[in-house]
Parts: sequence; structure tokens; C-alpha cells
Amino acid sequence: MAATKAAPKKRSQFEEVWRRLKKNKMAMVGLAIVLMLVLLAVFADFLFDYDEIVIKQNTAIRLQGPSAEHWFGTDEFGRDILARLVHGGRISLVVGVIAVAIALTIGGTLGAISGFFGGKVDMLISRAMDILLAVPSLLLSITIVSALGPSILNLMIAIAVSSVPGYARIVRSSVMTVRDNEFVEAAKAIGANNAQIIASHILPNCLAPIIVQVSLKVASAILSTSGLSFLGLGVKAPTPEWGSMLSGGRAYLRNAPHLTVFPGFCIMLTILSLNLLGDGLRDALDPKLKQ
Amino acid sequence: MAQKNPKDLILDIKDLVIHYETDDGTVEAVNGIDIQLEYGKTLGLVGETGSGKTTTALSVLRLVPDPPGVIKNGSIFLDGKDIMNLPQKELEAVRGHLASMIFQDPMTSLNPVFTVGDQISEVIALHENCSKKEADEKAGDMLEVVGIPRERFAEYPHQFSGGMKQRVVIAMALACNPKLLLADEPTTALDVTIQAQVLETMKGLREKFGSAMIMITHDLGIIAEVCDEVSVVYAGQIVEHGTLVDVFNHTRHPYTEGLFGSLPNIEIKRNRLSPIPGLMPDPTDLPKGCCFAPRCKYATPDCEKARPAKKWLSDTHYVRCSRYDEPNFKIEREDQ
Amino acid sequence: MSRYVIKRLVMLIPVLIGVTFLVYFIISLSPGDTAAMLAGEDADAATIEALRHELGLDQPVIIQYARYMLNLLQGDMGNSYKTGRPVTNMIVSCFPNTAKLAFWSILVAVGIALPIGIISATKQYSMFDNVGMVVALIGVATPNFWLGLMMIILFSLNLGWLPSGGSKGWSSYIMPAITLGTGDAALITRMTRSSMLEVIRADYIRTARAKGVPEGKVVYQHALRNALIPVVTAIGLQFGSLLGGATLTETVFAWPGIGRSTVDSIKTKDTTQVLGNIVVLTITFSCVNLLVDILYAFIDPRIKAQYKK
Repeated sequence: MAATKAAPKKRSQFEEVWRRLKKNKMAMVGLAIVLMLVLLAVFADFLFDYDEIVIKQNTAIRLQGPSAEHWFGTDEFGRDILARLVHGGRISLVVGVIAVAIALTIGGTLGAISGFFGGKVDMLISRAMDILLAVPSLLLSITIVSALGPSILNLMIAIAVSSVPGYARIVRSSVMTVRDNEFVEAAKAIGANNAQIIASHILPNCLAPIIVQVSLKVASAILSTSGLSFLGLGVKAPTPEWGSMLSGGRAYLRNAPHLTVFPGFCIMLTILSLNLLGDGLRDALDPKLKQ
Repeated sequence: MAQKNPKDLILDIKDLVIHYETDDGTVEAVNGIDIQLEYGKTLGLVGETGSGKTTTALSVLRLVPDPPGVIKNGSIFLDGKDIMNLPQKELEAVRGHLASMIFQDPMTSLNPVFTVGDQISEVIALHENCSKKEADEKAGDMLEVVGIPRERFAEYPHQFSGGMKQRVVIAMALACNPKLLLADEPTTALDVTIQAQVLETMKGLREKFGSAMIMITHDLGIIAEVCDEVSVVYAGQIVEHGTLVDVFNHTRHPYTEGLFGSLPNIEIKRNRLSPIPGLMPDPTDLPKGCCFAPRCKYATPDCEKARPAKKWLSDTHYVRCSRYDEPNFKIEREDQ
Repeated sequence: MSRYVIKRLVMLIPVLIGVTFLVYFIISLSPGDTAAMLAGEDADAATIEALRHELGLDQPVIIQYARYMLNLLQGDMGNSYKTGRPVTNMIVSCFPNTAKLAFWSILVAVGIALPIGIISATKQYSMFDNVGMVVALIGVATPNFWLGLMMIILFSLNLGWLPSGGSKGWSSYIMPAITLGTGDAALITRMTRSSMLEVIRADYIRTARAKGVPEGKVVYQHALRNALIPVVTAIGLQFGSLLGGATLTETVFAWPGIGRSTVDSIKTKDTTQVLGNIVVLTITFSCVNLLVDILYAFIDPRIKAQYKK
């Protein structure tokens, strides 16, 4: 009986959020750009062949400005910048999403345990998170990547670890507010075990702040990825990545500024659209916070 | 129909209409309210939550939040001043001086980062030509008047209980001897025993300073205790108005009857209360006719056709109910 | 109050032990043989082994860490693997540069953010507000290392007005400080606006208006002081991360700060220098956060009351 009652309500809640989100023009612009970036990333291989266009060097046409043939010009090895940007977007999105997924899984679990059980477990986890938070996050990522060696996987781990405490805190405080609600008492009374209660009663009720946080954190993960690559600690050449493209273009600032202008613009556009979407989601999920 | 002499009126509101225009529709909060209040008198505004009482009071000081609040129509004269057309500077001179307001929730109506003394002395310094020191001195006096030792001048709101905070708010409101005091459910948020104390304090002070007062409440007991006249508000309209005796002893409107029916009465000892069925109409979608008709046991199909006009029953008593067009119509409540 | 500060300082100790261990542990994961690298390419096995023993690198990580901590407590962070000079030398020469840059950056940030945030909030949905918020959104999204490069292209390479790097003279501060400052400004502007909007709807603001307080005073005295509480946190946190995380901007502008020194040391596998830098940055970061918490008390008497308990 409870299930039949809950199902239609859930859908209507989703519809309600979508209705509110649709009214927010900025969020819709953000969503449109995000969808476009995702589509470009998915179909990157159809648009530009990886081996032939993206990484194959052709010094005869190096450092050319934008033209009809190469819309965004060519880089220091004669590669088409637009092609590299499209493929670079794929890496940024993948790294951003996976890093956030790892961080959310670890941080969310720790936070849920911490908030649900309280007491000594909570103490221990919270202190561990304090320690992680005490290191400026970019510095922590730098340290981890440099220790593990630069690679895409290590990049994701580094970014994930430095954002674990953020998720742990959010989930912990959401769980703590939900924990004492009557429906949790009721679930206990009918004999649900702790894991069941956390998974089926508490986490769904903390979803709103987590969804918002995820959309905003993917943006900052992408920023960190490009930052680390810019420092030479991320993706290795010749793999295209926005941050390393920027870094590569630094030597040619005077004569070929397009090498740095376009990758940076891509980073900015991606983060802007994710932030717009995240802000919109926040307002749509929690109208009380709207201003 | 009795018109009071405009010269005797501290407050004269005519046909006030206020809407809140939001994305989700227009809330018709106040729909043609008239108030004529004489100097030194107390008017009770009684009605359910959301009936437009607070909005009406806020409009007297032009404090209706805008956006989304829009005053669509009406005139407000306060001590002869045309409030609707007063420039900002003069409005500021009126607020807290000529008329001041006591808000519902004392827990949130004091600024948490200033001492209570400073908050009282601020209003004195603003309106009375005096030095900061004199203002502080007088603020201390006001604290004592409301029964708080002046030693607590330099304490912050979080160090006070709810009842004490409300006393501070009252001290602030009365600090400049306003001619009109707007009290918006001043005791609702307080414990019953504290309620009585605060009410006693207010009553005593009002007599001492001779201020007129509008008491907004949904508690008929408070009305009976402090008011000279009563206006019963429903869905942004005054449905019945009269002196305390008119409304309490010669109740005419079915809604007013319903309010009394919802009260436990020890003398009659009815077996059960008779609450008003149904809910207030959606303020974004008010009925075309009498707003109370959907809940009214006397309603006829005619009631839903047009908003009832004022029907004067005596010099002091009017009712908005079209059933009184029928000569023999009577509600069940007996004259007491 | 002083008891609270002491309590917080005491609580800092386990955090610092944890942090140093964490960093030490992560760095010890690095592949490659530090002793072999230090000994040089043509060193024989015996020399490498001797060096390894001398540095204590043949012992378990936990012992190495304990020794490091014992030395650290005596103010000795060891010698740089690369230069052989004490790690502290580098820190002492770099840190002031980072601190000076952080100071000017946060000044730029606050100078831009507070006025725009406040005006936007008081004139919500006005032209000023809409334009301001779009600019702030773009500002938050702009990677500051890219902004730095763009400014170099414009002001150094094309116009020739400002030096593209280094820390000589006041003109070399302008671009790094603006680069760092504008990013933070965007964040603080948004924070100020939303905090201000929340406060301006509060009951006590209505009370102030009902008292006849002039609108300007309502905004700048009654509302601002309450609205500032979360904003001060944001400013403090930004300042902390400027001290610790200006790495990218320092790299772009070849600024001789501690962030760039850390990255350089990582590239040359100068483990002791990296560790030393991170320990100092973390201590600074934690102290700034503590200062922010104390500053709260001066703005919000409710928090002060909590501290006294």
C-alpha cells in the first residue's frame, strides 16, 4: 500500500522540479550548453578522427591562425585546434564526472555512516575529514598526482580525494536532520536493518542537496583537471586536454595567442553552463532558497 | 449610516485594495477595507491567518513589501496626513513616531547584532531632538516602564526570553509616544502566562500614553479584554464591524457566529464545539460572490452571485451579508 | 574568549599531526629511488646505499615520519634534497611574496565585491543587478590561470604597459593581484548579494523600517552587519586558499612564491622541500580559518556567547 501511494507522488515531485527548472531561463541556457558539450564528446570520433587529425603532427601548417579550413587555427605541431578541443572536452567531462562519482561514493558513504551512527564513529570520520580539509585542495591534488605519477586515472583519484570531505559533510548533515524523523522511527519499528534504512529511507531524502552539489562539483573538478594539466601534472602529451593545450600555448603567446584563447574559453563555457544548471537546480529543488 | 467626524480620526482608511503579484498568481490579500479609528480608541481586527489583517496594518506605515505587494486602490489618512502620497523622508518621520508597530514574533523582530538598549535609543534619537546620551537615558527609562531592569541595557536579544523580547519591542514602539499603535498578534508567540503579563503591560501603557491602537488577533478573548470596536475580517474584507457590544452581544454575520461557535464555552457547556466547516478560499482565486458563501450554512444560490455590500444595522454596526436583505432573516446565535 | 582561542589552538595539534602524516605518506608512495637520484647517475651501489642509510630512507615510513616530526618540533625541516640548504631558507624567501600577493588580491576582491553585492541586493532585478550577476557568473567560471595569460597577451605583449612576470616593483603586482582578485571577487559578490537578500527580508529589518530608520541606515547598519557574517567566512576562506593555492597564478606570472616553489620542487622530486612547504601552508591555512572564526565573534554577539561557554 505504501508503495502504490509513494510512486505517483514521486513522479509528480520530479515533474514539479522540472516545471520550475523550465521557467528558469539561465538554467535552460546552461542545460542546453551542457547537452551540446555532452553530444560533442560522445560523437567526437565521428567529427574528427583521433589518429589522423587530433594527434598527427603536420609541421608544414604549424601555428596558423583561424581560417576556413581550420576554424580555430592550428597549434605548434600543426594540429587542428577545434578537433583537439572537441576531443579534449571528452576527457574533461569524463574526468570530471568520474572524479565526482568516486568522491560522492566514498564521501557519501562516510558521511552517511558518520551521520547515522553518530558517537565515536562520527568523531573518527569527522576528524579524518578535518585533516583532509586542512590541506588546500589544489595542493592536495598536486601532491597526490605527483606521488602517483601523471595519468588520467591518477588525476581522477587526486581530484576525487580532495573533494571527499565536502560530500561527507553534506551527506552527514542531511542524514542527521532526516535521521530523527518519524518515518525512520517507523521503519525501525517494523524491523528494517540499518543498511536498509540508510539506503531506502535516508539517502533518497538527502538527494536535493547532493544533486545540486554534484552539478557544481563537476564544474570545479573540470577546473582542477585543467589546472593540474596546466602545471604539467595531468594528462600526458599528445592526448588533447584543455589545460595542457593552454600550457603548450604559453610559449607562443606573442605570435599565436589563439593557442591559449580558445582552450581557456572552452573551460570557461563549460564551467559557466554547469554552474548555471546547478544554480537552477538548487532553486528548483528548494524553492525556499530562491532569491 | 454613521460617518465619524474626520477631525476626530487618527486613522481613516477607505476602500483599501492590496495584491501580492507573484509568479504563481495574484494573491488578493486586501479587498476593500475601511477603517475609521478615533483618537485614543482601540480597534480589534479579528480573523483567521491569511485574512489580510497584517497586510492592512503594514500598509498604514507603507511597509507592505514591494515587490510583490502592490497597493491597488484606496486612501490612508493618518492624523490627517495622506500616507499614500507622502514622500519617503516624511514617511520615515511618521514611522515609529506618529504610529508604531509591534510584530508577531518577538524572537525574530529584534536585530541580533545590536544591544536592546541601542535598539530602543535609536528610535528616540531618530525622532526626538536630543543627544545620544539623553536618548540612552530615556531608553533605560522605557526598559523600566515595561518591567525590565535598566542594567540590562547593554545585553543582546539572544540573552532575553521571548516574553522579555516582546517587552523590548513594546518599549521600542512606545518610546516616542505614538498616537497610534499597531499591534500585530503581539502575544500569539508567547506562553499563556506570559501572554497575560504582556497584555496587562500593553493595556496599562496605552492608558498612560493615551495612544489609539489597532489590535490584530485571532483570539476573541483578547478582543473582549482590550478593544472598544471590532472589525471581523474574512478574505481581505471586513464582514462585520461594530462596537464590542454590537459584535459580541448582537452578532449578525454567519462567519462571526462561526468564530464564537469555535470557542469552548464553560457556561453553556455544549457537548461539542461547532467549528466552521471547510477552509479559507484560495486568495489567488477568490469566489465571485460572497467569499464566505462556500462555508456558510445560510448561503443561498444568490449569495454566490455578487459580493455583498455593507448593510448598516445601527449607527455603529454594519454587516456584509446579502441575506439581511430579507426582512426576517436571523442567524442562530441569540443576542446575549 | 581567550579560552576558546587556546582550545582551538590545542585542537589544531592533532590536525597538523594528521596532515603531516598524510602528506608524508602520500609522498612516500612516489615511485623511483630517491637515494639513487640524489647520488647522481654515476654513483655506485655502495654510495647509494650509504646515502640511503644516512637519510634514513632504509627505514619504515612510520619511523621516517617520527624522525621528521621530532626534528620539525625543533624547527628543523631538514635540508632540501636539491640544493642541500635548509628547507626553511626557501620558505622564508618565498612566503612573504605569496603573503603580499594574497593581501593585495583579497583587497581587490573585497573592494569590487562588497559594493556590487550590496547594490545588487538592494536593487534586485534592476539592470545593475542583472548585469552584475552575469559578470559575476562569468567571473566564477573563468580559470584564473587563463585570465592571467589573456592579460599578459593584452597588457604586456601588445600594449607593453606591465611586466609579464617577476616581482620587481609595484607594477608587477597589478596583473597577478587582479587575476587572483577578480575570481574571488565574483564569488564574494554572489555571496554578499544572496546573504544581503536573505537579511533584508528578515523581520528585524522590517522592525527597523517601522521605527523610521532611514533606508540608507537600514541597509548599511542594520542589514549589512548581519549579512556580513557568512561573507566574512567566504573572504577568510578565500584568503586562506590564496595563501595556499595561488600555485597556478604564481606559475603564470613567474611569481617567486611558495606555490610555485612547491610545484618546482615536485618536478625535481625535492621531497623535503615539498613537505616543508605543504606543512607551512597548511599551518597558515588553519590559522587563517581560526582567525576567521574569532572575527565572527566581533560581528555576531550570539557566537561570542557560544565561545564563552
